[in-house]
Amino acid sequence: MAEPRGPEPRGPEPREAEPSVAEPSEVKRAIEQDAEAARASAGRAGWMRTPAIVVGLIALVVLVNSFTNGHFLTPGNLTNVLRQITYNAILAVGQTFVIITAGIDLSVGSMIELTGVVMATFANAMPFGGLGLIVATLAVGLAVGCFAGLVNALPVVRLNLPPFITTLAMMLMARGLAFKIAHGQPVPLRSDAFETIGTGYVLSGVLQPIGLPGIPVAVLWMLTIVVVFGVLLARTRFGRYVYAIGGNEEAARLAGIAVARTKTLVYVISGGCAAVAGMLLMARFSSGSPQTGIGTELQSIAAVVVGGTSLMGGRGAIVGTFLGALLIGVLNNVMDLIDIESYTQEIVLGAVILLAVILDELRKRYLARQR
Amino acid sequence: MGSAAVTAPLLEMSGIVKTFPGVRALDGVSFAVERGEVHALVGENGAGKSTLMKILAGADRADAGTIAVDGTPVSIDGPRAAELLGIGMIYQEFNLVPELGAIENIVLGVEPARGPFLDRRGAAALASTVLSELGVALPLDVPARRLPVAHQQMIEICKALVRKARLIVMDEPTASLSDRETDALFALIARLRAQGVAFVYISHRLEELPRVADRITVLRDGRAVGTRAAADLPQNELIRLMVGRPLDAHFPDLPAVAADAPVVLRVRGLRSGDLVHDVDLTVHAGEVVGLAGLVGAGRTEIVRAIAGADVPRAGEVAVDGARVVVRDPRSAIAAGVVLITEDRKAQGLVLGMSVRENTTLAHLDAYERGGFVDRSAEIRVTAQEIADLRIRTPGPEQTVRNLSGGNQQKVVLAKWLIGVARVFLFDEPTRGIDVGAKAEIYTLMLELLRNGAAIVMVSSELPEVLGMSHRVLVVRGGGIVAEFARADATPDKVIAAATGVAA
Repeated sequence: MAEPRGPEPRGPEPREAEPSVAEPSEVKRAIEQDAEAARASAGRAGWMRTPAIVVGLIALVVLVNSFTNGHFLTPGNLTNVLRQITYNAILAVGQTFVIITAGIDLSVGSMIELTGVVMATFANAMPFGGLGLIVATLAVGLAVGCFAGLVNALPVVRLNLPPFITTLAMMLMARGLAFKIAHGQPVPLRSDAFETIGTGYVLSGVLQPIGLPGIPVAVLWMLTIVVVFGVLLARTRFGRYVYAIGGNEEAARLAGIAVARTKTLVYVISGGCAAVAGMLLMARFSSGSPQTGIGTELQSIAAVVVGGTSLMGGRGAIVGTFLGALLIGVLNNVMDLIDIESYTQEIVLGAVILLAVILDELRKRYLARQR
Repeated sequence: MGSAAVTAPLLEMSGIVKTFPGVRALDGVSFAVERGEVHALVGENGAGKSTLMKILAGADRADAGTIAVDGTPVSIDGPRAAELLGIGMIYQEFNLVPELGAIENIVLGVEPARGPFLDRRGAAALASTVLSELGVALPLDVPARRLPVAHQQMIEICKALVRKARLIVMDEPTASLSDRETDALFALIARLRAQGVAFVYISHRLEELPRVADRITVLRDGRAVGTRAAADLPQNELIRLMVGRPLDAHFPDLPAVAADAPVVLRVRGLRSGDLVHDVDLTVHAGEVVGLAGLVGAGRTEIVRAIAGADVPRAGEVAVDGARVVVRDPRSAIAAGVVLITEDRKAQGLVLGMSVRENTTLAHLDAYERGGFVDRSAEIRVTAQEIADLRIRTPGPEQTVRNLSGGNQQKVVLAKWLIGVARVFLFDEPTRGIDVGAKAEIYTLMLELLRNGAAIVMVSSELPEVLGMSHRVLVVRGGGIVAEFARADATPDKVIAAATGVAA
């Protein structure tokens, strides 16, 4: 596959587990991004590629901005959108790897919860604080997330069981375990070590003059993960094998690729991403909660698919996934800004996802005819 | 039926022409079947049997020619039309719903109904009528997938009969039957024939034809070269009719194997799956060993086991004298053994990837720099291969899905040529590709030989096996049953060994 690429819809963004208003987002922009992602993911075929889409997207943003009386295009709101998509984008990055191998990971939502609860409980039990606590806690969370990914993968690679089933089972087990550990209640963090990660900003001094509070630390985490895993997928041997396995697993095996190892790693990466999302969410709300992840697995899948990654495997990219998450985030944000009620927002979101994949399919057919 | 119907044959196909890009698959074939006749259709792979039958079944359309049933010209524009004319097809791969039982499969698509509901009793009655007419007993409640092949075949026949088939086409019906099951099938065919049902019987097992067939039509290179009464056609004559052309001259001269050429590949006592057993094989540097045999004889399974595509159950493989433990394709590739698979789309290529990505797929570690894939190095090697193999593609970034079959096959070759393999196992290397590309692939094989490689080639095209092999091994029933040096390997000897007929 030529470069797979597509925006990823915003996955599960743990909208604040706390009383949350649906995030505003911008429908049109979302749609446009979808289309763009779809095109970008297309591969060759000039006019369908990015430029047209980017132009359309900009037009859309301007349009939406006028709808919101200029509230959308403010630095503060844009920062807000980025912060809101953080968790979903990170989950969706891991999900992208899994989906490109033609798999699926339904457990990421409850993995957020399990890792959050475990990390909060662990942090509370430690006698020290500061950076040491952050590192140790994250390590514990990653260990839990990666181990769960391993458990997801083993039946898939050894017994050829469908990942839908193994990760569904993990979804239930992890959620139940999170509830048990937390006794059904959020686990408040006693240490304030995570405050900076949860609510801090960087570059405040530079950005305040232009009306920005700074870049949220959590957003930096997200961008780092997007870039690192984007490069891993697009530029390394491992990434190439992920595509090859999704494109034709038997051909990959016959080419001598370590299929089982590669697929296992993909689920481990997804579990690890869920752990990072869990840590950021815990930091944001100063507690690990066993309920925050409900539905987020599906949102992450939506981000991946809207981003142009094929559920059939073999095609997709992190860039697309990020754009997909952004699109969904913008959509939610704009709908909030123009006071669309939350039920309607769900309908619009669903329609946008459907439209995105329909456009992607039409584009593929168009490209196929070109040959 | 009018009087014409009484005298006209049940089926008469005349002057059937079918051209595929680059190939004239059928070149004016005429073929007739009488009522209550078992008419065998034989020929080498690629002779046009399947194409002819696909046209009869409505799965494909002829470019020219006519088809008449009972003397009336008909147009068969789809499977449904064939069914309505009383033509039933039983392909080698059965078309049963694996989870449904015998009754449900038999009435599938023609289910008796009572209003909106399935009439289960009616279905059972219909199925059991047919079954009892056939005089066969089948477990009715067992899902088809759990029934033995012979039973599945009975269900297929019943399906055709429920649809009032008067002509049943069977493609290699005995390929996976035991001797006893074969006897039962023949008895059944005889009974149906007595009731006026006609059969077209396609088989490579020449020795069984006199037992089952009334007449035999031989196809060769898209033409019908003769129709004879089965009783009047000795096997030798039949074989001569099938292969009766000089071997094509388009094979390059194979350089002789040096007398002191070292053994590159040695296989001893190989067992794999349920079929392959006790295979011994030795290939020298610069030598091509051809594996001939019928479809299903186990040739592909043998090379797959050597290459680790299937894990061998027993046996030793040694490359350049060093024992190789073949656990999976990785271990075989590491030892220098590579398999160029028969089905390039399913097994040889990642169709959605580019020429570049497919070319480097098996050797990507060599194109890595500082932890990243070095695309410019990939492009260089791919461009080189495109030039060397004359792969017709707009460039390294073209998706291989968009290439023609011959060029796809060259990409598969490129994937293995950029490495340092010692043993090349070719499974049907030229299937479905045009003559020009074939010649290029042969040339390439010669080049591999010059570099001291050893080649094992599986091919169903007899001229190819005979023209491109230093030695020919004949495979039957999962074992090697005969070996011929190049000079002794004649078509009739090889076919006789492959079909189990004494030549």
